[in-house]
Amino acid sequence: MKLLVCISKTPDTEAKIQLAADGKSLDTSGMKYIMNPYDEWYALVRALELVEANGGTVTVVNVGPADNDQIIRKALAIGANDAVRINAEPTSAWFVAHQIAAFAKNEGYDIIFCGKETIDYNGSEVPAMLAELLDLPFVSWASKLDMEGDTATIQRDIEGGVEIVKVKTPFVVSAAKGMAEQRIPNMRGIMMAKRKPLKVVEPVPAEDPVAIVQYAMPPAKKGVKLVDPENMDELVRLLHEEAKVI
Amino acid sequence: MSVLVFAEAPQGQFKKAAFEAVTYGRKTADLLGTECHALVLGEAENPAQLGTWGAHKVWHATHDNLNTFDSRSWAAAIAQAAEKTGATVVVMSHTSTGKSVEGRVAIRLGAGSVSGVSRLPTIDGGQFHVVKPVFSGKAYATFEIKTEKKVLSVMGNAVRPETLGSEAPVEALSLDVPAPAVEVVEVKRVEGRVPLPEAEIVVSGGRGLKGPENWGMIEELAEVLGAATACSRPVADMGWRPHHEHVGQTGLAIRPNLYIAIGISGAIQHLAGVNNSKVIVVINKDPEAPFFKAADYGVVGDAFEVVPRLIEAIKRFKAQQN
Ligand SMILES: Cc1cc2nc3c(=O)[nH]c(=O)nc-3n(C[C@H](O)[C@H](O)[C@H](O)COP(=O)(O)OP(=O)(O)OC[C@H]3O[C@@H](n4cnc5c(N)ncnc54)[C@H](O)[C@@H]3O)c2cc1C
Ligand SMILES: Nc1ncnc2c1ncn2[C@@H]1O[C@H](COP(=O)(O)O)[C@@H](O)[C@H]1O
Repeated sequence: MKLLVCISKTPDTEAKIQLAADGKSLDTSGMKYIMNPYDEWYALVRALELVEANGGTVTVVNVGPADNDQIIRKALAIGANDAVRINAEPTSAWFVAHQIAAFAKNEGYDIIFCGKETIDYNGSEVPAMLAELLDLPFVSWASKLDMEGDTATIQRDIEGGVEIVKVKTPFVVSAAKGMAEQRIPNMRGIMMAKRKPLKVVEPVPAEDPVAIVQYAMPPAKKGVKLVDPENMDELVRLLHEEAKVI
Repeated sequence: MSVLVFAEAPQGQFKKAAFEAVTYGRKTADLLGTECHALVLGEAENPAQLGTWGAHKVWHATHDNLNTFDSRSWAAAIAQAAEKTGATVVVMSHTSTGKSVEGRVAIRLGAGSVSGVSRLPTIDGGQFHVVKPVFSGKAYATFEIKTEKKVLSVMGNAVRPETLGSEAPVEALSLDVPAPAVEVVEVKRVEGRVPLPEAEIVVSGGRGLKGPENWGMIEELAEVLGAATACSRPVADMGWRPHHEHVGQTGLAIRPNLYIAIGISGAIQHLAGVNNSKVIVVINKDPEAPFFKAADYGVVGDAFEVVPRLIEAIKRFKAQQN
């Protein structure tokens, strides 16, 4: 099997988000970055498990600047065979999807794995766009994926339940929690990752159809009103009369 | 030029998400000085009702290839419907269906898209702007969409469905729909409960509840409030509760009117999924729990004493209301 895993970079989940004074951009000084958890914990690990069981290769691809080599090396340390970085700022889902599609078009991947969303802009857009550009079937928010020959049985999360679907390779899938168990890279993996191929390719032209023009922080909370634990009638009254939510 | 709202009807029934999308679409159409049309794909109960929520007209397309959900077939149908009806803005819900097709429709139409918008669009200095929460609700971003065609998906509970009309005329629309490549084998839904993403009230439990055997009171509280249940990540990881109840940065992001957090410490990754709730109530025995800083109402106390009391208080309140 020839598998591709799309990995993105995102601020650490602990990161405090701060805005530049004019609110037009983020203040990224001192920001720590990680591999997007859905890509690392679920998409990449499930892809590795499939080639461990059936043979084949796992390539990871990232659209991003040279700083991203750090997270790409981590993916190699976890077990990917090789990596490609498309050397450009990922300015929109549209831009990223066009880059990955241009790269993957003639490579003949059996499955292209993505995460269900990047936890920075929470877009959930790249995988569907990529599938459309490559004219491939797409299954979103997959929490289980099993292969039998060229047919995958996938469980996908839907509102208040799950849907079980079957699809033949090639296809695009986005991974949600449950698809695999997180793997921590070991020393041997980290050493081997240094020698694994990381190819850098230049982007194809693609114009951004959208741009972020302003950021804002959520309105500050007024502060908590404490209610006597003995007096839950008072809490109910406040929720009814003051907050008007029940 | 018009606004086309893809109004989804899972299992043939329209849900709140569809009504919200229609109201959003109607208000967008009013802003642009144009009409709001709804698009219904496949069999659905009484498409004319979408007029109530603001649609001037409903286009209804049925086709053998729309009998089950496949992102490619459905995206092709939506894009074609937009072209045939001259729509420039396509609106849909940010649901499992919406997320599967939104990006595909944007590519097909050559449209700029923003997913998960939380407020109505505005026109500022001639530019079309929409706002969405980013960094899992830690900030908001305003996006400008530069292309003539636009695709938006609307986050649940971002707008309330409003009665903006009455039954709308329904016209059949014939579309060429490619055969589905994805075969739906089975759909399993938890019966009798409000799905979490749509719920207006959510009762959520954390590790402070000690074990799955103690969820009876959480379910009972949810029951008396007509609420959905949720949980923190360790609770789902330990298998106390199903994965689909896990909320937070790596779980579901929700924005109910009322979120009641019981025995949850309020870690930043948990808050990221719930801090857009309108009102937050925290019940925790530790007065120093970080969650109190994000709460509107707090109860410092033992959940095993407070929750049964709260259930009784709500029952008394409901009895008075009737
Ligand atoms: C990358 C990453 C992503 C993550 N994503 C998520 C996510 O999406 N969602 C999420 O929830 N977490 C997430 N986490 C985990 C998060 O950091 C916390 O560990 C987790 O939210 C803690 O869960 P908890 O509040 O249930 O448990 P704890 O932190 O153990 O808190 C239990 C609370 O219960 C209280 N308590 C104990 N007994 C009682 C009692 N009898 N009555 C009342 N209160 C009581 C305690 O005072 C305490 O505040 C993530 C972590 C990482 C590193
Ligand atoms: N810059 C990027 N490079 C490679 N893959 C990406 C990039 N951005 C997003 N993806 C992939 O698309 C998924 C969904 O991202 P998004 O649409 O940004 O929420 C991620 O989980 C990744 O698998």
